[in-house]
Amino acid sequence: MPITKMTNTKMALAALATAGAMGLPTLAVAQEYTIGVSIPAATHGWTGGVNYHAEQAKERLEALHPEISITITTASDPGGQANDLEDLVSQRNIDALVVLPFESGPLTDPVRRVKDTGVFVTVVDRGLEQEGIEDLYVAGNNHEMGRVSGEYIRDQLDGEGDIVVLRGIPTVIDEERVQGFQEAIEGSDINILDMQHANWNRDDGFEVMQDYLARFDRIDAVWAQDDDIALGVIEAVRQAEREDELFIVGGAGMKDIIARVMEGDELIPVDVLYPPAMIATAMDLTVQHFVSNGPVVGEYILGSPLITQENAEQYYFPDSPF
Amino acid sequence: MNNAVPDNKPVARSRASFDLKTWGPFIALMALAVLGVLINPAFLGLDNLSNMLTRSAFIGIIAIGATFVITAGGLDLSVGSMAAFIAGVMIILMNSLVEQFGPGLTTIVLGIFASLLLGLCAGFINGMVTTKGKIEAFIVTLGTMGIYRSLVTYLADGGTLSLDWGVRDIYRPVYYGNLLGIPIPVLVFLLVAVAGYILLNHTRFGRYCFAIGSNEKVAEYSAIHVDRIKTMTYMLQGVCVALATIIYVPRLGSASGGTGVLWELEAIAAVIIGGTVLKGGHGRIWGTVVGAIMLTMIGNILNLTDAISNYLNGTVQGIIIIVAVYLQRAAWRKSVP
Repeated sequence: MPITKMTNTKMALAALATAGAMGLPTLAVAQEYTIGVSIPAATHGWTGGVNYHAEQAKERLEALHPEISITITTASDPGGQANDLEDLVSQRNIDALVVLPFESGPLTDPVRRVKDTGVFVTVVDRGLEQEGIEDLYVAGNNHEMGRVSGEYIRDQLDGEGDIVVLRGIPTVIDEERVQGFQEAIEGSDINILDMQHANWNRDDGFEVMQDYLARFDRIDAVWAQDDDIALGVIEAVRQAEREDELFIVGGAGMKDIIARVMEGDELIPVDVLYPPAMIATAMDLTVQHFVSNGPVVGEYILGSPLITQENAEQYYFPDSPF
Repeated sequence: MNNAVPDNKPVARSRASFDLKTWGPFIALMALAVLGVLINPAFLGLDNLSNMLTRSAFIGIIAIGATFVITAGGLDLSVGSMAAFIAGVMIILMNSLVEQFGPGLTTIVLGIFASLLLGLCAGFINGMVTTKGKIEAFIVTLGTMGIYRSLVTYLADGGTLSLDWGVRDIYRPVYYGNLLGIPIPVLVFLLVAVAGYILLNHTRFGRYCFAIGSNEKVAEYSAIHVDRIKTMTYMLQGVCVALATIIYVPRLGSASGGTGVLWELEAIAAVIIGGTVLKGGHGRIWGTVVGAIMLTMIGNILNLTDAISNYLNGTVQGIIIIVAVYLQRAAWRKSVP
């Protein structure tokens, strides 16, 4: 039916021309964007925080920009996350993807395939193994986090003392933090008595610290690296009644720890930020790609500020599960 | 030699010769302790010993329940998740009871009661589905393991459940307190072990467990209510998990999706190190107790030295477990003519 088609096209053109002539806004409003967000399921405290902040950002952004719709998927292993990515492309037809990869290696290729369909890709926290796939990279700075912690301990101890370190799960993240920490105390007379893995876990933190306390008569400071570990360490120190001889530096920004910092707890004087809310930063920037005329392509590395009693309030989210 | 059943050896022999089968785990434990002292004299410190025994109480109590399940030819993989789930429910319940009863004894007693009830029910479900549903215990408990794990994650909103600070201060002594110098968790561990020993070795229920584990069909023809006895072992396991949880919660006052991960494997390992046979029919409570202490001791010794790379902790643990069981089985091979 060429005639009908012709007529339709003509009519559309005519309508458009009329609208244009009358100065009415036309097609621009009709454009809608779908953003897919793929994150690990809330299996431990930090990812719980990621989930909470992703939901918060979704509500806020959708209310602010009616033309944007956001879909959040959570996966409990790398394989599941790869499936999620395929589904987001085929079922939701997304225009942009915000992904916090479970692990860098296994997800590099799935993310690249999403990119190949022409989707704007934002990678969060854990970088991919190949460069040039993502349009935007948003991450915390693990090296910086270790350095800030090391500098605080060095300054507090006036450059000399005996400390113990509790490490996380043996991964790149843990390595970078420890490296930054060691660089910060290099050249001072701070002596690391021992480093053991406490796997970012409260129970392990408790047990490792108990053993440190049994083994060393004097400990001036503890670098727990993570707030979950720090909570275990606190209980072990309380049990040994050695609260007065040392202080503990955790990391991440868990609300329980921030609350203690706000109260001026001498055992936990500070915390070092590595915020799960970075997922919200990534979502904000991705939305900006569609609604703003400013470019957002590139890298966005968050700082790891020291949280002290003075500034703790701005990092305190009482409703977050983390 | 290969198909000889260890229980068949002559009575006179076991009385006359030194029974390595029974004493094997104890000897391994002593050897490990000597190693600990050599590595770091702090190992023998009173604080360290009491820390270690207290720590082993969780796995130990759970493993005593597992001894019954395994002796009767079953298996329970859900114990770690169950502990996390019970801990989560207990914390939520006690937090909400604070409004009504205040952070007092009533709140804690109700929490403990709920914990025991939950453990009993969870065990009952495992037992009934296994026996009446005729599904392998491995599959049933693998299923409930996933269910409890995700339930606690759900309850905690993916984060961590924390006990009310008022309750925590009153409840704290259950983990940190002691009676006549013996830490309360160790005392509970000891009581559960004695009760378990009597139940397994000196009651009809215990004999039935052995019989069912050896040969379920024969046990059934001998008019033993196999399904009932097996379900009871799972319920016993549930109660043991609840008891372990009751002393676990006051330690850190929290539960999350990460609580009790891999406890099931540690409990099973403790049972096997202790001389219980994984395929059933033969169980030893004191062996299990020693096995649990040994597992904790390995971790403790590794924390007391920096001679071994942290990355290799798992390797050392694995080797010690295999060697311990090998020595014990070697003793079996010899003791059978």
